[in-house]
Amino acid sequence: MVVWTESELSIINSIFSSLDYEDIGPKALCRCLIVYPWTQRYFGGFGNLYNAAAIKSNPNIAAHGIKILHGLDRAVKNMDSIKETYAELSTLHSEKLHVDPDNFTLLGNCLTIEIAAKLGDGFTAETQGTFQKFMAVVVNALGKQYH
Amino acid sequence: MSLTDNDIATVKAIWPKIAKVANEVGPESLARMLCIYPQTKIYFSHWSDLSIQSTKVKEHGVVIMKGLSLAVEKINDMANGLQDLSQKHAFQMRVDPANFRLLSQCIHVVLAKRFKAEYTPEVHLAMDKFLSNVALAIAEKYR
Repeated sequence: MVVWTESELSIINSIFSSLDYEDIGPKALCRCLIVYPWTQRYFGGFGNLYNAAAIKSNPNIAAHGIKILHGLDRAVKNMDSIKETYAELSTLHSEKLHVDPDNFTLLGNCLTIEIAAKLGDGFTAETQGTFQKFMAVVVNALGKQYH
Repeated sequence: MSLTDNDIATVKAIWPKIAKVANEVGPESLARMLCIYPQTKIYFSHWSDLSIQSTKVKEHGVVIMKGLSLAVEKINDMANGLQDLSQKHAFQMRVDPANFRLLSQCIHVVLAKRFKAEYTPEVHLAMDKFLSNVALAIAEKYR
């Protein structure tokens, strides 16, 4: 059972309410596809991913980045039942999309870096720690239905 | 995943800016790693204070950045250039190489915080490849 302190809940809510999902979602996904190019394997049907410029201007990738942030939003709104909230998504990523769960951590790292760039000094060590704990719980929940 | 000419050029272009604030970036990255990945504390159990304010942590953060500056200097042959550091990590400190990734993530976060929009995915990619190669060079003498 994941236990969240009042402080951690407050930090997560504060981070997400400061984010523009339409901006940070595409940035985080693009960063992941550029920095860890093997993740492009899951986006074969998304169009031109030939180079960084193509990835950054790809509307399908941008739309999907926004979708991902809205998916994370569901976890933020259900902090005490993230595993249950993500049961269907986990099955989808395992059975249909066949995504190696290690890749969730890579995307999480990229999102952390985009948030750090946005918040600057506001992204304290405590904030980073709490956010990474949240992402670890999310990643764990997404990997739960794999077998 | 060896460094291309473009990677080397990108790292060398940003490094002078990083070097200017090395005495802050190093300590902050190390302190964050100890705080966020508490298992890494075991390598520093000989220090009583591992908090962000710790003098020892600050000093060691600076030492780490000096090591990275050396790696930039020897970027074309890190395995040979970082031999002494590799010996230390292999035989004295015996740091599990998995931990190098954790420190790398913290370095990326601290650099992104400081350089913001300048820490583009392309710069991040080159730095990540550079840090991965440093980790490989450090682990060269492990077995």
